[in-house]
Amino acid sequence: MVSILKRGLAIITILIIGYWLAQALAGIPFGQDKMLVGQYYLDHVKQQTGAINAVTAVVVNYRGFDTLGEVTVLFIASTGVGALLWERKKRRTAKTEGSIVLTTGTRLLVPFVILFGAYIFIHGHLTPGGGFPGGATIATAFLLLYMAFTMYEIPHKAFEKTEGLVGMGYVIVGLIGLAIGGYFLFDWIWQTWGWGHENIGRLFSGGFIPIIYIIIGLKVGTELSGIIDNMLKEGVSE
Amino acid sequence: MNLPHISVFYFGAISLVLIGLYAILVKKNILKMLIGLSIMETGVNLLLVSIGYIYGRSAPILSEGIGPNQAVDPIPQALVLTAIVIGVATTAMALSAVIVLYRHYGTLNIEEIRRLRG
Repeated sequence: MVSILKRGLAIITILIIGYWLAQALAGIPFGQDKMLVGQYYLDHVKQQTGAINAVTAVVVNYRGFDTLGEVTVLFIASTGVGALLWERKKRRTAKTEGSIVLTTGTRLLVPFVILFGAYIFIHGHLTPGGGFPGGATIATAFLLLYMAFTMYEIPHKAFEKTEGLVGMGYVIVGLIGLAIGGYFLFDWIWQTWGWGHENIGRLFSGGFIPIIYIIIGLKVGTELSGIIDNMLKEGVSE
Repeated sequence: MNLPHISVFYFGAISLVLIGLYAILVKKNILKMLIGLSIMETGVNLLLVSIGYIYGRSAPILSEGIGPNQAVDPIPQALVLTAIVIGVATTAMALSAVIVLYRHYGTLNIEEIRRLRG
């Protein structure tokens, strides 16, 4: 009885909210050109950043500081997962190995999955993708390893060092921009050195976008692998 | 009561948000509530991307043949890229909180977990 009442109330609330949202969105025409800032970015993206992927240019170049904040949020979440699931001694407790299909497939696929992730974040300024999807793809490879083998663990020392170094690298790239161009995350490779002006649309262009996306890809990959590691291990009592 | 005329993409996005909200309001299992939260997030992302769409234009990658006037708005897509990553981070956080709750109370039912009765 209570459950039916609760369900009815929920459905009525949802219908009211849905009507209200639809009413608000009816005033926004779908598929029309409503760009103000977006048109500026599209017009100037090739000359100002050297990237042909406008989304990447907005994320890394025009709003690079925002992305630094985003990487920080990811880092805080990873630290939070580690703190919540902290135990004095943690170990893999899975009892059965993966099936023969899973283990063989994992052995075969892991290098290619990592290669594909690296391809995604190295070509972030040319194709759809970038550091975040590329890093997530690399973390998937480690998830596969965790699922297939009961004893597997990521190399913790190396991963922690990589994570710290690339996080510092992002800030250092920004600080070099501050020293050369006068503001944080100034694109010194493209605007001061002028590298890659003649091959826009090829790999060696885009100023510091490939560098920052490699940094982000490594950071996201190591952090998500750390989250997977924290979630899949359980504490053991002595 | 006259129903507002909206595009099918807006309708889909609103539906996803409402389905997620229903799961959050009605379900008693915390994992199911988290799934509802994720569905809501997907709806919001779909809404943002569909607001940026323009008829007859292609993705904002200015390769050969695509000029600045033949691409859709890049800003909503950049915002959604940020939102997806933050969504993954918050989901991971929430899931580890659920793991801790399960260890402490031995159940995922919110009515049996003390001090969370709603």
